Amino acid sequence: MNKRLLALLSVLVLASMVLAACGTPATEAPAATEAPAAATEAPAAATEAPAAMYECTDALGCVTIAPDEPVHIAYWGVLSGPDSSLGEDSKRGVEIAIDDLGGKFQGHDILLTTEDAGCTPEGGATAATKLATDTSIVGLIGSSCSDETVGGIATLTNAGLTTISPSNTRPVLSDPARGPDYAGYLRTAHSDAFQGKAVAEFAYNFLKVTKAATLHDGSTYAQALQQVFADEFVKLGGTIVAQEAVAKDATDMRPVLTTIAAAGPEFLYYPVFVAVGGYVTNQIRDVAGLENVYLAGSDGIFTADLLKGGGANTKGMYLSSPDFSAFTGDYAGFIAKHTAKYGGSTLSTFHAHAYDAANILFAALEQVAVVEADGTIYVPRQALRDAIFATKDYAGVTGNLSCSASGDCGAPVIAVYEIVNSDPASWNPADAANPNPKKVFP
Amino acid sequence: MMKKDNLTWIAIKTGLLSGVIAIFLCLIGMVEVFSKRDVVEKIITLGDFILLATAVSAGVIAARAASQTDQQRQPLKSLFAGALAGITTGVLIAAFIGLSQQINLRSVFLSASPSLFNLLTFKGGTSWIWMYPAIGIAAGLLGTTLFLLPEKFRQPITRAIFITFLMALFSGLFRVVMINQSSGIAKLAKYLFGQTGLTLSGAIIFFVAVVAISMFWSARSKNLQEGFARIPKRGQTSIRVVVFALLAYVVLMLPQVSGPFIAQVIVIVSLYALMGLGLNITLGFAGLLDLGFVAFFAVGAYTVGLLTSYGIFGLQHIPFWVAAPIAVLVSMMFGAFLGLPVLGIRGDYLAIATLGFGEIVRLLAGSDFLAPFFGGPQGIIGIQKPCLGTLGEFIRVDVPRVCNGLEFAGPKEIYYLAVASAILVAFIALRLQRSRLGRAWMAIREDEDVAEALGINLIQTKLLAYMLGAAFAGLGGAIFTVLVGSIFATSMQLIVSINVVALIIVGGMGSIPGVIVGAIALIGMPELLREVSEYRFLFYGAALIMMMLAKPEGLWPSQATLRELHHEDAGEDSEIAPAKSSQAKA
Amino acid sequence: MRTSFGERLLDLAVSGFLWGFRILIVLIVVLGTFLTIRAGKYTGEQWIDFVVFGISQGSIYALIALGYTMVYGILRMINFAHGEIFMSGAFGGYFIATWLTGIGFMDKYPVLGLIFSMLFGMLISTLIALLVERIAYRPLRGAPRLVPLISAIGASFFLQYTFRGFFGPGVYAYPSMKALEGQWMFFGIGILKVQIVVAIAAFVMMAILYSIVMFTKIGKAMRAVSENKDVAALMGIDVNRIIVTTFALGAAMAGAAGVLYALTYRQVNFFIGFTPGIKAFTAAVLGGIGNIPGAMVGGLVLGIVESVGPALFLDSLGIPRPYQLKDAIAYIMLVMILLFRPSGILGERVSKKA
Repeated sequence: MNKRLLALLSVLVLASMVLAACGTPATEAPAATEAPAAATEAPAAATEAPAAMYECTDALGCVTIAPDEPVHIAYWGVLSGPDSSLGEDSKRGVEIAIDDLGGKFQGHDILLTTEDAGCTPEGGATAATKLATDTSIVGLIGSSCSDETVGGIATLTNAGLTTISPSNTRPVLSDPARGPDYAGYLRTAHSDAFQGKAVAEFAYNFLKVTKAATLHDGSTYAQALQQVFADEFVKLGGTIVAQEAVAKDATDMRPVLTTIAAAGPEFLYYPVFVAVGGYVTNQIRDVAGLENVYLAGSDGIFTADLLKGGGANTKGMYLSSPDFSAFTGDYAGFIAKHTAKYGGSTLSTFHAHAYDAANILFAALEQVAVVEADGTIYVPRQALRDAIFATKDYAGVTGNLSCSASGDCGAPVIAVYEIVNSDPASWNPADAANPNPKKVFP
Repeated sequence: MMKKDNLTWIAIKTGLLSGVIAIFLCLIGMVEVFSKRDVVEKIITLGDFILLATAVSAGVIAARAASQTDQQRQPLKSLFAGALAGITTGVLIAAFIGLSQQINLRSVFLSASPSLFNLLTFKGGTSWIWMYPAIGIAAGLLGTTLFLLPEKFRQPITRAIFITFLMALFSGLFRVVMINQSSGIAKLAKYLFGQTGLTLSGAIIFFVAVVAISMFWSARSKNLQEGFARIPKRGQTSIRVVVFALLAYVVLMLPQVSGPFIAQVIVIVSLYALMGLGLNITLGFAGLLDLGFVAFFAVGAYTVGLLTSYGIFGLQHIPFWVAAPIAVLVSMMFGAFLGLPVLGIRGDYLAIATLGFGEIVRLLAGSDFLAPFFGGPQGIIGIQKPCLGTLGEFIRVDVPRVCNGLEFAGPKEIYYLAVASAILVAFIALRLQRSRLGRAWMAIREDEDVAEALGINLIQTKLLAYMLGAAFAGLGGAIFTVLVGSIFATSMQLIVSINVVALIIVGGMGSIPGVIVGAIALIGMPELLREVSEYRFLFYGAALIMMMLAKPEGLWPSQATLRELHHEDAGEDSEIAPAKSSQAKA
Repeated sequence: MRTSFGERLLDLAVSGFLWGFRILIVLIVVLGTFLTIRAGKYTGEQWIDFVVFGISQGSIYALIALGYTMVYGILRMINFAHGEIFMSGAFGGYFIATWLTGIGFMDKYPVLGLIFSMLFGMLISTLIALLVERIAYRPLRGAPRLVPLISAIGASFFLQYTFRGFFGPGVYAYPSMKALEGQWMFFGIGILKVQIVVAIAAFVMMAILYSIVMFTKIGKAMRAVSENKDVAALMGIDVNRIIVTTFALGAAMAGAAGVLYALTYRQVNFFIGFTPGIKAFTAAVLGGIGNIPGAMVGGLVLGIVESVGPALFLDSLGIPRPYQLKDAIAYIMLVMILLFRPSGILGERVSKKA
């Protein structure tokens, strides 16, 4: 018995010595976020730069990129399941931005890692945890769905990383009181709060309708947005005659539209995603009583795919979206690159936002990166974060972008567009002479 | 020369098949995407590797066919077959590239992009496609050589290739974990692993090491086993204890060493293992197929969420340690509640009825109808993390309570909670299996009517199966909630239930270690392979099919299943089948 | 038999609960219906519309359900990948229909064009189903029941993500057919042309299938195999061939359903098979799985309940957004029907006691 205990103890001691030898630095490293002084030591120790001339004094530590190593950025978002077109679309924007740089940054290859977050908070948490452990990552683009950000942002922020989301629109994510977990979060998409209000004003003041109905698909995005619209519309003096919802995977909309028809609205607002949006638009004129109702959606369906799914009925439909006339950049040029690279049209709304997000990241990187004579690059993390937040008047494809202290980089100018041609090939909101959809408000 | 012709045909057929697979891999875009990742840095990309692998395996299969047509092995014949299969694969790929230059494949297949063909033609247009038959022959011959090697070398080499490939696949993971350690290990990591694959030196080291170890092992393993058997009983026990203690120590230290990501994956695996253990009671023991198991997980999650959240939906703001047992109880009651209506429903009717329950729970939780209670699409956020110690006062909504003590804040801490729960539940399940109740469940699984005739109370026994299964899943849900810190109905998809059923069958139905193995294989692996994102489920699907074909009894089958499989050879309607009377007649 | 007092009490409590459950659901349905009709929110025409919409959706469910039910009848296996077979048919039809529209054939001969698209969609889906059967199911014949189910789930994922790889995650839109736009009038009620075409095509397909199963030699063999494989084999029936034929027929039905579905809803992408697949499975069970007329009845009932249910039962009970819960209504109805008839509407009684 004693012998056994002795053997056990000695093994344990031995093992703990071995494990402690390799374990200690790992547990110490994250502590560096708290103590700026200690940080100078920890990253240097972790990244083997014996003859480094540069001394890292950044509060969050530095990423060291050796001469033969790539500059590592990551994209996290939904790449599997029914919502994957949203994430794939943004991922393409990032890839095009990298192509624009020739795949190189300061002579280093750019390495893009992608992580699937599945449009759920737990997927976001797992993806974020995985990315946060990789100390070679400089910055991130993502996530796709607001749920993913809710699940993963604390992990990323605490690891000293900064992420720019191209497609999160939930208002709370860039609320000034959003808390320290969001210190590493920005977005080039715009908050829903702006949109619901703009559409309500458009309906009441411009179209002069007083009876409106809404339809959502049970997603966080659509439910919140239609509620903002409903509240604003009532505030203006209108009446909401029906608020209905369908399941995200529903295809036959005629029954629910019949129910809406029974309430007799003049205006139907359905700020949903492409699939449901296409089904509703395609089927709506089949329902007695809705032949002449005004149709309106938001940026979730601001894509040529709506015209594919919705068909001829999309003509005359209104969509709210960031104001493309404020777009200074070359959207048409972006689309040309997209077509050449991927074939077919864009998959969702936020490719240009992702492109801008990646470019903002690279621009900030350009500012703060310290390049040694031998090609080694040091990226101070806090400085990078500050540089991204300090982005001002960046001439992006989606507009002149300036980031606020609470992380809103998207141009909050919302316009309402009218679809003038239902042919998907004619989709080009940025065209100067012949835009489709065409801006009608404000 | 009938045999020769036959062999030629088999070789060509094999080559055609592998060529079609190679073209398939190109057309789904895998080759192009994987060409950005390396197996060995600057030598071979993952894209090249999978293309090459098709030709090599064609060579192996053709060589095996050649050796089977003749009793005595004729290396020349095998080499001929392998080369033929390889060249056929190469010709097919070359033809595919040639065809793509003539017609625009992209009008149908999106992945048939110019950049794919640039990659396949080495940016040299069609002038290079003659390379493919040549590479095909080489790869085919390589496969044949591999096959013809004497057993002694073949096994270590195939094993080494496989393990080196695995190391390359997970190199990012290993690299990241090792780089966070002391500088010596970090240096080693950089020496072995590149950013996206192994370095050349790393590949050689792994290959040689695996070959050496496995040759050494095959020579010595027998001796070692005998040596172990020669040690007196007491000595054996103490060695076992030491091994066990070592294992326990590794489990304890793992998250500290490996960092939060591995911990997070293990937590998720444990949560699925909890659900799997629950379903293993209802399905594995009692034979009640439940395709809506996520319902109980959801009940556990929402209960803890509502009880502990400091957000607006939080009811009592009570600590996790009180909320979790309540959640388990509530799930248990829910198990009875959902079990009651379906008591008399059998077989596949039961499967769809329970699937319906799972969907109803998800729909209701996310609906506007119950949004005032469950948050609807906006979910429940702000869930208090478990705290060992005292919790500060509840101050106001949206502000977490302060934890004076150890807070289970992230995956590295929740790891202990999840693993301990999984072990505890596995132990309970093990005891249940051997109990009187466990035998009653198995009797029901074998034949309900006979079980009833033997005096087993069907209602009571079935209800207990539902309740206990639900309790385990509810515990999983409770831990899930504190791991993520928020709950949304979108997390409670049908796919979760399907995954749980799959992991039980893959592990081995009714086998408790099988559940753990199944959870690791079906949940852990895909989590680790997140970076191949868009092809994750493709691999998952293929793996499910292949596992079922290769090991239908599961990876770690229970003894009972093994017996069943053998005696079932006679009639294919197994014991859980519903009555055979429903049929395709008017 | 020895039953203690406690056990009898439990029995009583259980049956009390079950009856309470049934009565509660029936009460909700009756009360909801009564209130809705009294409120008079909907006109008679709107009620007819609800039913017509339901029949159109239901006939698509029925077509898919046929494949489930036939395979089940013969192999006692849930072919989980059937929804993906349906999706592949929709994709097959898409490419041919786009091509025919492009060369102007579709406008000249709409009926022929439609038939060609359907035939091509059926061809694609049949080929894929046979491939799946050969690779993923045939080697598992004789394995325990859940093994082929898991293999089928694997096949389902594999097919979904194969199509995603081929065609990307985006939406493909069916070309709109001029001939199918607008309404036809019946007794003063306008019904959409596309719905009439879908319903007629579905019923024709089902009639063809039914006569194949009932009146041809191969149908007879199929019925024999579904009764008892071993005896059928002894009678000189090539069981393997019959199984393959069954898969092919079921897949052809699913392919046709895919094209019809895409005609009605226009959008095709890699994920469209999942939900209709689950629904059709539900429909097959509802009607009594393994039973061909049962699948048709189940599909129609499911379609109509989904369409009418939310407006009729929930609307006036003060439940907001009832259409969000239409699937919940469908599943509760399923459980109710199984409570009264444990093997579906047209299935035979299998258990002696509820």
